[in-house]
Amino acid sequence: MPEGTKVTFRVSRGDAQSSEFKDYTTEVTAGMVVLDAIHQIQAESAPDLACRWNCKAGKCGSCSAEINGMPKLMCMTRMDTIDTTQPVTVEPMRTFPRIRDLVTNVSWNYEVKKKIKPFKPRKPDAEDGSWRMHQEDVERSQEFRKCIECFLCQDVCHVLRDHHKHAEFAGPRFLIHTAQLEMHPLDTEDRLEQLKDEQNIGYCNITKCCTKVCPEHITITDNAIIPLKERIVDEFYDPLTKLFRIFKPKKKG
Amino acid sequence: MSQTSADLSLPQRPALGETKRRGAWWLPTLLTFLGLGAFIVYGTWAAFQGANYFTHDGGADYLSPFYSPVIFDAPGIHSGHSWFGDAPAWWPAFLPSFSPAFLILWAPGGFRFTCYYYRGAYYKAFWGDPPACAVGEPGFRGTKYRGERKFPLIMQNIHRYFLYVAIAFLFILAYDAWRAMWFSQAADGTPVVDGKVFGVGIGTIVLTLNPILLGGYTLGCHSLRHLVGGGLNRFTGRPVRKKAHDCVSCLNRGHMRWAWASLFWVGFADVYVRLCASGVIHDIRLF
Repeated sequence: MPEGTKVTFRVSRGDAQSSEFKDYTTEVTAGMVVLDAIHQIQAESAPDLACRWNCKAGKCGSCSAEINGMPKLMCMTRMDTIDTTQPVTVEPMRTFPRIRDLVTNVSWNYEVKKKIKPFKPRKPDAEDGSWRMHQEDVERSQEFRKCIECFLCQDVCHVLRDHHKHAEFAGPRFLIHTAQLEMHPLDTEDRLEQLKDEQNIGYCNITKCCTKVCPEHITITDNAIIPLKERIVDEFYDPLTKLFRIFKPKKKG
Repeated sequence: MSQTSADLSLPQRPALGETKRRGAWWLPTLLTFLGLGAFIVYGTWAAFQGANYFTHDGGADYLSPFYSPVIFDAPGIHSGHSWFGDAPAWWPAFLPSFSPAFLILWAPGGFRFTCYYYRGAYYKAFWGDPPACAVGEPGFRGTKYRGERKFPLIMQNIHRYFLYVAIAFLFILAYDAWRAMWFSQAADGTPVVDGKVFGVGIGTIVLTLNPILLGGYTLGCHSLRHLVGGGLNRFTGRPVRKKAHDCVSCLNRGHMRWAWASLFWVGFADVYVRLCASGVIHDIRLF
């Protein structure tokens, strides 16, 4: 990208009731990210443009938006990776209610999280109240702990985005949270019934869009959702596993 | 999840195909549609033929994977591969003429139909659910969407049972590859008097690659990954299951590629045997 290229940004402005796209042209330079350009637009021509951001390093998960139609972190989307020959569209996540401009109300996610049965460790292994774990046992959970709660996976998930199943479906973010707890070697809680009947994992039809947009590159579908679906099959649908468990009951923790 | 979508005053649902995405976002969906569609059409046609499913061209002993195992031969045909002899007399007359493929294709077909990779792919390609990531769906489903929670798609949970059968098929197809290495003619065309002679023709390579690619696909199955170790929360003290889980996970990372490679190759293997059997081409003996 040559120095001083003028780029037009088509930014969605408005609130929950009404919105429209407005064009802003600004100069972008090598190394800039979309969030830099939005800040520049705020400084130059739209001081009332609302946008949420914090770390500018892809770790706080605040600046989630839809750039040219794809859910992305604005701070991690370099200008030299996008087509600037046409106006670059920047919209808020459309799976959540808009507060203003690029800022959405994501509090629904925190309500969902509160309902998930929390971590319930087994009795400590040592007298000092500590536990012993091996790396090979915790590494699956550790992948899911990389989540920064940017909610891009929730935004792209068609069960929420197109079908508006917020009242019934937890979404990929909370399926990996549940996987993180369920696969933890110390955990003794059983969340499978909740996963099936309250979080409704069955709504997921494995389109892998959540995996595709995750800025932390968590393999959400293959490493969390499908393994949980298989655990649900063990628990509720597979007669052979049920028969097998008569002789060898399931142990947790 | 007590808040309903109405409480949330969400933006309007995207209309069919509505997106701000640029570029050829529709291309993977279209390729999946064409690839799977072509395979289904060809596979159905080949299954109904009930002929040209094996060849002894040039002393070879090649059997199409679409017809393996041959439980009963097709009427009037003696392939030398049949487990129980001639076409079954009990085959109902009102059904299409018996083809050995009818008795077995449900197994690999069911395995692929319920496969986690294919599910995501054909939900997108065949009923736009969604057409692609962040692209609007057909509006008629709306809140009536059921996903895999209820009938019929809840039946996808049967996948592991198809896996058990698919693993058995790997051994059967490996045996077919082994038989494809033994010829009743020497490489120069002279008949072998006693028994058979080891050799390799193009068909041998085709039929040997088939179980290898199918193995890469089947042994990377998500259900297998769960069964060998994914269902455990602790691997410590279970080195064999840990190793098995690692191996299946390794194949699983390329599950999509294995799925397409094996799908193409199994179709190609049938085409090759069929062309040799019908005399359109002749197998080339390498040694």
